[in-house]
Amino acid sequence: MTILEWMPFSVLVPLIAAPLCALLPGRVMPWSLAMLAVIASAAISALVLPAAVDEPLRYAFGNWPPPFGIEYYVDAVNAFLALLISAMAVVILPWARKSVNQEVPERQGPFYALFLLAMSGLMGITLTGDAFNVFVFLEISSLSTYALIAHGQRRAALLASFRYLIMGTLGATFYLIGIGLLYIATGTLNMADLAERVPEVSDTRAVRAAFGFIVVGIGLKLALFPLHRWLPGAYANAPSAVTVFIAATATKVAVYILLRLVFTVFGVEFALDMPYREVFFTLGIIGILFASISAIDQPTAKRMLAYSSVAQIGYIALAISLVSVEGLAAGLVHIFNHALMKGALFMAVGAVIYRLGTNRVEDFAGLAKSMPWTMLAFVLAGLSLIGVPLTAGFISKWALIQAAIAQDNWVAVAVVLVGSLLAVIYIGRIAEAAYLRPAPENRAPIREVGPWMMVPLWLLIAANFWFGIDTSLTLDTATRGAEVLMGVGP
Amino acid sequence: MDLLGHYNYYVVVVLMMIGFYSVIARGNMAKKIMGLNLFQTSVFIMFISAGKVIGGSTPIYQKGVELYSNPLPHVLILTAIVVGVATTAVGLALTVRIREAYGSIEDDDLIEDDGEDADGHGNGQ
Repeated sequence: MTILEWMPFSVLVPLIAAPLCALLPGRVMPWSLAMLAVIASAAISALVLPAAVDEPLRYAFGNWPPPFGIEYYVDAVNAFLALLISAMAVVILPWARKSVNQEVPERQGPFYALFLLAMSGLMGITLTGDAFNVFVFLEISSLSTYALIAHGQRRAALLASFRYLIMGTLGATFYLIGIGLLYIATGTLNMADLAERVPEVSDTRAVRAAFGFIVVGIGLKLALFPLHRWLPGAYANAPSAVTVFIAATATKVAVYILLRLVFTVFGVEFALDMPYREVFFTLGIIGILFASISAIDQPTAKRMLAYSSVAQIGYIALAISLVSVEGLAAGLVHIFNHALMKGALFMAVGAVIYRLGTNRVEDFAGLAKSMPWTMLAFVLAGLSLIGVPLTAGFISKWALIQAAIAQDNWVAVAVVLVGSLLAVIYIGRIAEAAYLRPAPENRAPIREVGPWMMVPLWLLIAANFWFGIDTSLTLDTATRGAEVLMGVGP
Repeated sequence: MDLLGHYNYYVVVVLMMIGFYSVIARGNMAKKIMGLNLFQTSVFIMFISAGKVIGGSTPIYQKGVELYSNPLPHVLILTAIVVGVATTAVGLALTVRIREAYGSIEDDDLIEDDGEDADGHGNGQ
C-alpha cells in the first residue's frame, strides 16, 4: 500500500477501535486498545506529513471521483495539525490511565471509546476536503466531547456539558446554514471545487451571508471572545484527562477549519472585502485583555488556565487577522506550541488533583516541597506560556510580533506584550503559593506522582524547550502551510 | 408571485427564529432542547427546498423523464437528521442527570449553585 492509501486510516483506526473499546470489560483492556489505536494513527500521520508538504495528497473515498464523492485532501496545513492531534493523544493516554482510574472508576470501556471517537472526529475534520463531511465529523467529536465532560466528578460537570451542548449545537447548525447557502449558490460541497466556483458568485448576498454564518458558527466552536462562555465551565469541570486533551486539540481544530474555509474556499480577496480583518483584530485584542485579566482572580487553577486558553485563542485570532504569510504562520505555530504548553500545564494541575483532590489556588500552598517535580514542570510550562526566550511560547509570540511590526501594527505588539505580563501575574499566583507559602499544617502528607504521570508531563516540557530552540519542524512547516493558505509560494 | 415562490424560505426564517429565541430565552432545559430541534429542523427544510427543481420529477430513474430534482440535499439532510437525533438524545440524557443531581431543570435555579460548586466545594475537587 502506498502512503496515500494508508492516509485515511489515521481517522479510520480510532473510529473502528471505538465501538470495540466500548465492549471491552475492565480497565486494562480498553486502555490498551485505545493506546494501540492512537499510536497507529500517530504513526500514519507522521509518515503522511513529509509526503504531503510538497504535493497535496488526495484520496477519493469509495473511488467516487471528487467533486461527486467525498475526498480527503491533505496538504502541509492539515498534515501538520493531524500529527499534532494524534501525537498529543499518544502522550496524553499514558498520563490519563491513573487519573481516569481515580476520576472515572467504573465503565472505562465506554469512556475510552468516547475518547477515541472525539479524537477520530478531530482527525476527520482536519483531513477531509468536503465541507459537509466537516459538519459530520464536527458533530462526532462534539457529541463525544459533551459526554466526556459529563464524566466529571462534580455535578457542575453536567451543567457545563449541557451548556456546551447548546452552544456547540448552535455553532454547528450555523455552520450547516452557511454550507447550505454555499451549496445553493455554487452547487458543490468539495472544498477545492468550491474555491473555483465561489469567485464567480462572490457578489451575491447568499455567499456573503454564508461567510457570516460560517464565521459565527466556527467562532462558537473555537471560543472566540465573546462566544467563549461555554469554555471555562467545560474545562474546569471535565475529568482532568479530558481537559488536557480538549484544551490541547479541540479549539485548535476549529481554528484550522476557519482558516481553511476563509482562505482556501472564500479566498483572501473575498475575506478582505468582508470585515474579516476588523472583526478578528478587535475581538482578538479584547479577548486577550479580557480573558487574561479574568484569569487572574479565578478561584481554581483549572478555571484560570481555561481563561488563559480563551486569551490564547485571542492571540491566534490576532495573528490570522493580519492576513499575511508571516501572520498565518505565527497563528499556526501558536496552535502547535499552545497545545504543548497548555497540555503540560493541565497535566501538572491534573497531577495535583490526583494527589490532593483539589485545585483551588490556596491549596497549592507549600506544594513545591511535597511535589517538587510537578510544580517545577508547572513553572517551566508557565514560562513557555508567558513567552520567555528558549521556550516554544517565545517562538510563537516572536513570530506574531514580527508579523505585526511588518505591517506597522503597533497596537497588536503592545497588546501581545501586555498579555504576556498578565500571564506572569496569573502563573505567578500559583508559583508563589507553591514555592513561597508554607503548607497548611493539617494537610495529610502527600507524595509525588508516579512515572505514568511524570513521564508524559516531562515529555511535553522537553518538547516546549526543544521547539523553543529548534524551529525547523514547527516554523518551517507552518510557513509552508501559511503559503498554501494564502495561495502564494511554490 | 415571487412572494409565494419563496414561501418555503419564509417558513424557514420564522421557524429558525422561534427555535433560536426558545434556546436563548427559555430557562427550562427541556424547552431549550425543543428550541434547538426547531432551529435544526428549519435548516433541514432550507436544504430540502433548495433541492427542488421546478418541473423536475422525483429523483428515481424512469423512462421518458428528462428533468429530475436534486437528490443530494435529501441525502445530506438524512445525515443531519441522524446528527440532530443524537444531539437531542445526549441533551435529554444530560437533562435527566441534571434533574437527578440538582432536583430542577430550570436554569434560574441552577446558576447560583454552579457558582458555588465552581469554587471547588463539593466532592472530588
